[in-house]
Amino acid sequence: MGTSTGEAKIHYNRQTQSRNGVGLLKIIRYLKARELLQVLTVFAFAVLQVRLDLLIPEYMRRITHLVQTPGNPVSDIVAAGGFMLLCALGSLACVFIISFFASKTSAALSMRLREMLFTKVGDFSMKEFSRFSASSLITRSTNDITQVQQFAMSGMQMLLKVPILAVGGIIGIAGSGLEWTAAASIAFGFVLAVVAICLAVVLPQFKKMQEFVDKLSLTVRESLVGRHVVRAYNAEDFHEEKFEAANNGFTRADQATNRAMAVMGPVMSLGTNGVVVAVYVIGAFLISAAGQTAAALAVFSNMVVMSFYLALLFNAVKFITKVVPRMPRAAVSAARIIEVLETEAGEDGVVNGEEACKHGEVEFRGVSFRYPGAAGNALEDISFTAKQGETVAFIGSTGSGKTTLLNLVMRFFEAAKGEVLIDSVDVRYYRQEALNNKIGYVPQKAVLFQGTIGSNIAYGENGKGGYSPEDIARAVKIARAEEFVSKLDGGINSGISQRGANLSGGQKQRIGIARAVCRNPEILIFDDAFSALDYKTDRELRGELKAKTSNTTKLIVAQRIGTIMDADQIIVLDGGKIAGMGTHAELLKSCRIYREIAASQLSEEELAL
Amino acid sequence: MSEHNSDKRLKGASMGTNHFAGVAEDVGGYGETWRKLAAHCKKHLPLIVFALILAVAGSILQILVPGRLQALTDIIQEGIAGGLDMDAVISVAVVLGVIFACTALLSFLQSYTLAGATAQISENLRSQISRKINKLPLKYFGRVSLGNVMSHITNDVDTVGQALNQNIGTLMSASALFIGSLGMMLWSNWIMALTAIFASAIGFLSSKAVLSHSKKFFKAQQNGLGAIGGHVEEVYSGHSVVKAYNGTKAAKEAFAELNGRLYAATWKAQFVSGFITPLMQFSGTLAYVSVVVVGAALVMRGQISFGLIVAFIMYVNQFTQGLTHIAETFPGIQSTTAASERVFEILDEDELSDESHKTQRLSSVRGEVTFKNLSFGYDKDKTIIHDFSAEVKPGQKIAIVGPTGAGKTTLVNLLMRFYEPDGGEICIDGVPISQATRGDVHSQFSMVLQDAWLFEGTVRENIAYKNKGATDEKIAEVCTAIGLHSFIASLPNGYDTVLNDEAALSEGQKQLVTIARAMIHAAPMLILDEATSSVDTRTEALIQGAMDMLMEGRTSFVIAHRLSTIKNADLIVVLKDGNIVESGVHGELLLQNGPYAELHRSQFELPARPA
Repeated sequence: MGTSTGEAKIHYNRQTQSRNGVGLLKIIRYLKARELLQVLTVFAFAVLQVRLDLLIPEYMRRITHLVQTPGNPVSDIVAAGGFMLLCALGSLACVFIISFFASKTSAALSMRLREMLFTKVGDFSMKEFSRFSASSLITRSTNDITQVQQFAMSGMQMLLKVPILAVGGIIGIAGSGLEWTAAASIAFGFVLAVVAICLAVVLPQFKKMQEFVDKLSLTVRESLVGRHVVRAYNAEDFHEEKFEAANNGFTRADQATNRAMAVMGPVMSLGTNGVVVAVYVIGAFLISAAGQTAAALAVFSNMVVMSFYLALLFNAVKFITKVVPRMPRAAVSAARIIEVLETEAGEDGVVNGEEACKHGEVEFRGVSFRYPGAAGNALEDISFTAKQGETVAFIGSTGSGKTTLLNLVMRFFEAAKGEVLIDSVDVRYYRQEALNNKIGYVPQKAVLFQGTIGSNIAYGENGKGGYSPEDIARAVKIARAEEFVSKLDGGINSGISQRGANLSGGQKQRIGIARAVCRNPEILIFDDAFSALDYKTDRELRGELKAKTSNTTKLIVAQRIGTIMDADQIIVLDGGKIAGMGTHAELLKSCRIYREIAASQLSEEELAL
Repeated sequence: MSEHNSDKRLKGASMGTNHFAGVAEDVGGYGETWRKLAAHCKKHLPLIVFALILAVAGSILQILVPGRLQALTDIIQEGIAGGLDMDAVISVAVVLGVIFACTALLSFLQSYTLAGATAQISENLRSQISRKINKLPLKYFGRVSLGNVMSHITNDVDTVGQALNQNIGTLMSASALFIGSLGMMLWSNWIMALTAIFASAIGFLSSKAVLSHSKKFFKAQQNGLGAIGGHVEEVYSGHSVVKAYNGTKAAKEAFAELNGRLYAATWKAQFVSGFITPLMQFSGTLAYVSVVVVGAALVMRGQISFGLIVAFIMYVNQFTQGLTHIAETFPGIQSTTAASERVFEILDEDELSDESHKTQRLSSVRGEVTFKNLSFGYDKDKTIIHDFSAEVKPGQKIAIVGPTGAGKTTLVNLLMRFYEPDGGEICIDGVPISQATRGDVHSQFSMVLQDAWLFEGTVRENIAYKNKGATDEKIAEVCTAIGLHSFIASLPNGYDTVLNDEAALSEGQKQLVTIARAMIHAAPMLILDEATSSVDTRTEALIQGAMDMLMEGRTSFVIAHRLSTIKNADLIVVLKDGNIVESGVHGELLLQNGPYAELHRSQFELPARPA
């Protein structure tokens, strides 16, 4: 999209680094009350499940005891086994419920985040949009959200159980001897330290990884869009190499993270297993030190209890090892999502403009504009007025600020100095939607969407309750698209593939023009929209426009003198400044640049006009 | 009214998403997909086998643990009454410590190896897709959305990679544990072993039943991501129009529809997969209870000692643990399968015909181009070019004019072999281009297209492009000739300023860059398809001069609406509906007073003055 001129793209310093960690916590804010309730339900059932799961080893011990003590009838064992199975069944039911709510909640969260992100991007003006690349926004809307969703799912399934198990385990351990508690604390301190170090190491890697995903999207997208040129220049290798650079970067980050994570699991199990052995060895020392049988027995039973509760804590650790590898990437993704969500879209105005007594008047008062980060002004001190029904044309060399000027009318960007007024109201005060309703905009490059010709023409909303088939037919006629549309098998309902790949340049442009006309706006803006048309179509189209939309103000950027010479006012732009203003005849006399442009296109006698 | 409107949008948005429809039928095909995936992993087989060996070794060590722990307990228990054998305790503890250390080391090495292998497998898949994109016929891109293709690379391969990494290792060690403990069980007592197997089979079969439903959800999830990607890409690409037309609401509605479907697929896939582990745990408990009950009965009958039961219980624990871990990997394996299927969907697409056998070379081309009875249509039943014939002599400048949609760009597409004609042929120096390789044909032409396309890279890279030998002086010279140099010099980093596809330059400036690119390329022939449509006419006149120099002695094809650019052409071909309606030189054609004369008049005809 040619939305900015002349200046190199600015790379904002995105300060996500410091926010990575809190990203996941912030995401919680986006849960609705109902989902929080669901999370609580999950928690409640997790407590129940842990309780039931704790009973199982209890029964296991009882059964072992029954088996070990001769003389017990099999029926006792069967009974104990039956209870054990009941517990297992209950636990299964709990998991069923947990899974149900966890999957629903995490999927709902991701759906909401995706929708919020999409909505937010929809609210962005060009200024905010250009802060992120389209490729990055696409990654954020798909890949990043998937990371968060998967983490949320496993988080609810496993992470929630960690505090339950930990509390249970710690309470159990607290009662036993100091030596054991110390051993357990050291082991867990060790495990936690390892986890913390791993996370610290991998977080920046994961951040890099998501940036490489952006890069991958970008390179693929660009070679897809430019596929004709790529092939024409036999430049496939060039782009494959470029892709490989991103691919390789991603792979290295991927390997680095996974390898760092590979340390975590084994170290954790080493810690947890080690502490079991430590408990036994300590137990052995204490028992041999106790001397008396009674005291020794007490120590022994303490040891058994201890190892049982340690097993609980290990379970908690096991869950952590399963969830933690996902966490850093999810945290980075969450931060990237939040970065977009927290980007303030320009504040919307309040004016609807329905009560205005003017319709379609555009006025620039001393407007200057500079692209963010650019060295110089793209527009300087521009003043003019286009009254209702007038045609104002802009001409000037490539990069002279024509498109930029139009972008200010639509508030894609905002003037740095001066005011852009529509119907005597500053465009900043309009509700964006109300402002858009006044305008029909045709960009330089036709933008078409998958769908039909009809759906592309009746695109969007104009605040007047949609478009009738008659509106569409009228627009098709004015845009001189009737001739080719009628030749298509499906007529107005003919399919359009992505970006209108099945239409010629001029056909795409005429559909774009029909789309603008269909809105029946107060102001029509043509950003060099006629260049792709042959002269005949161009002329006929403008004739139709003149006849059928005489009350509509028209702002036209064009290269061809023929397209604009009958305009009420022609503004010649040069280096962002107005170099001349007037009618064709006036400018021929007064403006050197205009005369040069005209001379390059018109014959002698026409110039003499 | 607006309903009808949004309806259309929805229909439009979901055109690229018809994958959804095919979801239900697509449940089978595991073997096929995994065979292909395995073929892709071939290069990494040694690493994977190495990891497998580590996994087996680790599992064997793990099987030793319960026995040692039991021994430790026994020693301590015996020592309660006094005379605790501390030496024995220490020695067992040391053995355990060594085992744990070895297990940790093995498991680390295994994960480390696999992390490397799976990352490379994913890298390889991404490369393949990226290369595939260049081998697909351009027609392919007419029916898929770009976002969906991107989703193959970012989302699908990512899923494959993550799932492989997380599951292959677990699957390996769990299988080893499972087989090991199974062997121990069978060796100890076959009756109890069968009991355990039977009991856990129930869990295993019910998991399988659950899983038979879940794959379609995983596939729907990946398809849903692709569809969302497609829609999002389209809307973000057309951001300015979407905004200006208040199309955000309709775009959101279409998005919400896709998002809702993705939600449904996602939660179902997650729910089902979250259910497998507990199901297996339950069947583990079931196996345990069954074994104990059967074992107790056997003890009662005096067939076995209870010591055997105690040992057996440990084996059952490991057995069910192995089984549970195996089952845990199933959802991951399923999502890998689903995502791989999508990856292979694009990798298996028919490629452009292989041309490596072609020996015909177009070398030192003079530039004679013959079109013989060419006919072509993008759809087979809709012919756009009918029986087009023309002869172009070396060095001539051929202008193709005509109303929009007449087939001008289509002719270029055929000349460049972007598409193959349905009938007739094009020859360069008498050689049918179908006999030369595409690359060979392409390298005969410098080309500037209607849509100026830049890639992310510096101005210099964008201009030099393939031509690595282009010197800075040469680039500056070309840019000066077309009036681009002073603008580039004004950029913050001059020729090193990074441009990209999104913004940075005005359309006209982008066109100038692509013209500079074509001029640097300097192939024997030239194609200009509306190359200066967004450039102002003064600059165009400048370019014209530079171009004329470039075209000197080069056959060139020019499509332009501004007839001033083609007045001096050696041959002007007027196209209408894919037919030549007129051809000749400017003067002749004006005299004939036919369609060309009409076109010519139209550009100078002054519009009626308002009354």
